[in-house]
Amino acid sequence: MHQGDGQRIIFDNVSKFYGEVLGINRVNLSIPPGITSLVGPNASGKTTILNLMTGLIRPTRGQIRVLGIPPDRPEELFHKVGYCTQYDSFPKGLTGYQFLYSFLRVHGHDGVQAEQLTCTALERVKMLDAAGRRVAGYSKGMRQRIKLAQAICHLPSVLILDEPLNGLDPMARSEMITLFQELGKAGLHIIVSSHILHEVDMISDRVILLNHGYVVAEGDIQGVRSEMEEHPMQILVRCSKPAHLASRIFHQDHVVEVKLHDDGQGLFVRTRSADRFYLLLNEVVVQDDLVIEAVAPADEDVRSVYEYLIGTDGGTR
Amino acid sequence: MRSQEANSSLLNRVSELPWGRWYRQTLAILRLELKRNLFSTRAIPIYLLAVAPVLLFGVRVLVPLPERVVNNLGASSVAYAIMYRSFFLRFAVFFGCVGIFMNLFRGELLEKSLHYYFLAPLRREVLVIGKYLSGLVIAAILFGGSTVLSYLLLYAPSGVTSAREYLLMGPGLAHLGAYLGVTVLACLGYGSVFLAMGLFFRNPIIPAVVILGWESINFLLPPMLKKISVIYYLESLCPVPVPQGSVTILADPAPAWIGVPGLLCVTAIVLVIASLLIRRLEITYSNVE
Repeated sequence: MHQGDGQRIIFDNVSKFYGEVLGINRVNLSIPPGITSLVGPNASGKTTILNLMTGLIRPTRGQIRVLGIPPDRPEELFHKVGYCTQYDSFPKGLTGYQFLYSFLRVHGHDGVQAEQLTCTALERVKMLDAAGRRVAGYSKGMRQRIKLAQAICHLPSVLILDEPLNGLDPMARSEMITLFQELGKAGLHIIVSSHILHEVDMISDRVILLNHGYVVAEGDIQGVRSEMEEHPMQILVRCSKPAHLASRIFHQDHVVEVKLHDDGQGLFVRTRSADRFYLLLNEVVVQDDLVIEAVAPADEDVRSVYEYLIGTDGGTR
Repeated sequence: MRSQEANSSLLNRVSELPWGRWYRQTLAILRLELKRNLFSTRAIPIYLLAVAPVLLFGVRVLVPLPERVVNNLGASSVAYAIMYRSFFLRFAVFFGCVGIFMNLFRGELLEKSLHYYFLAPLRREVLVIGKYLSGLVIAAILFGGSTVLSYLLLYAPSGVTSAREYLLMGPGLAHLGAYLGVTVLACLGYGSVFLAMGLFFRNPIIPAVVILGWESINFLLPPMLKKISVIYYLESLCPVPVPQGSVTILADPAPAWIGVPGLLCVTAIVLVIASLLIRRLEITYSNVE
């Protein structure tokens, strides 16, 4: 273990398969304190990572440490970790107060401590007035808040939130984001997952982008943007004079690789700037009398994920 | 010398374990589970099973019976023994335990609320013990209460004086104690088995039906096979023998010094297995629907 690993969440070559279905594959992470967002489309592996972090599921391969503690030791881990899952379900028959109080007793707190911690958490999520009502009668926003209260009531140093803004109206979203910012300022180590990047990038110190179970990019938000923008894109061009086209584009600085197609009727181009490549291609077609049969992105995956995540309105770009 | 040192180091390690915290956590689980399960609508079929013998003997109090029947306390005692073995133990307690103990984990998996326990600083073994004890308290209250009430109602038609004489000066109180003990042992044994099934079978009803079948044909089994069942030991501990049918294969009853510790051992072994296996349980919920 490296020095400082006791302050980080470490994933060391972690894979998780659900039978034959891939959850995540060969994920390596070292998450420092601060607010970190896990962003990716549905089924990208966000919840799998969070559930692995908290021991709800076990990795097929690899090792995980949360502040130096392996997740299969809940009796140590959950003194330091609070997890607000995306499951919208609660033990039946309990009021909001009883829900928090009872699980604080399960944590091992005595009655007086549990009562104090319950009231503090309810106050923090502004749920004191509704605490005497049954959770089953709460609105979606109230259920999210009582789940959050349950995750923070034992004063953890790591707070994990799985899609905490799902299903909330704009007002409730804004209140939740303010609350996360307050918790972040209070020094908590916060991991928040979302499928919409611009929803969480304002509050995040760090973003991890996931797709199909792989970490696509990670770092601070600016770094991730440029990494995504600079990610080489492969384009297939089928044309009449592929060798000539290759010679015209090869010296361009944005072109990383040019490869002739096996049948000699086209070529694969890897470029860091698709826009500049298309402009150049137009130029060559006009100047050198090239006949184009087809132009198609050969690996749109990463870019399309990014476009999806930032939204069509450009998000915070 | 070396073995003495090893023993004392083992004792030190055991005494250093956080027993106080485990005890508090077990009590907290017990309280929470009782709050959720003892007075829930899901428990209504179990209340009905428990109350059935009370209703049966309650009706007997209300319906006028011939004096020779009322005053024949020995015959009443045999009638109770037959009802207790054939209906109460084999049906009411069995299905009551299925309903109570199987739902302790399976019910929470279906309601998607088990993760709250898994996200607490709690050893999963402590969770198994806490939940098991809560089920046991519920089963013992319902079926123990039913045993006592139905037994007292059995002798109510004989009048207060003769009932009191039979209970306090005759064998009545000892029989009642034995029936109560057998009821609690049944809850202990069946409870542990059904708790483990609720944890590890996606559809625990199928293995429960298999066990019911095995327990039901117990009277037809050869003596050796009879011993691989809970009902054999429970019936051996019942205080009043009942007439056996012509197809019954007879076997010597197990003595109490084998029956009671044997059932307790089986219970402990099943709970240890459940505690070991629950550490490998993953929460995905998708595979329980």
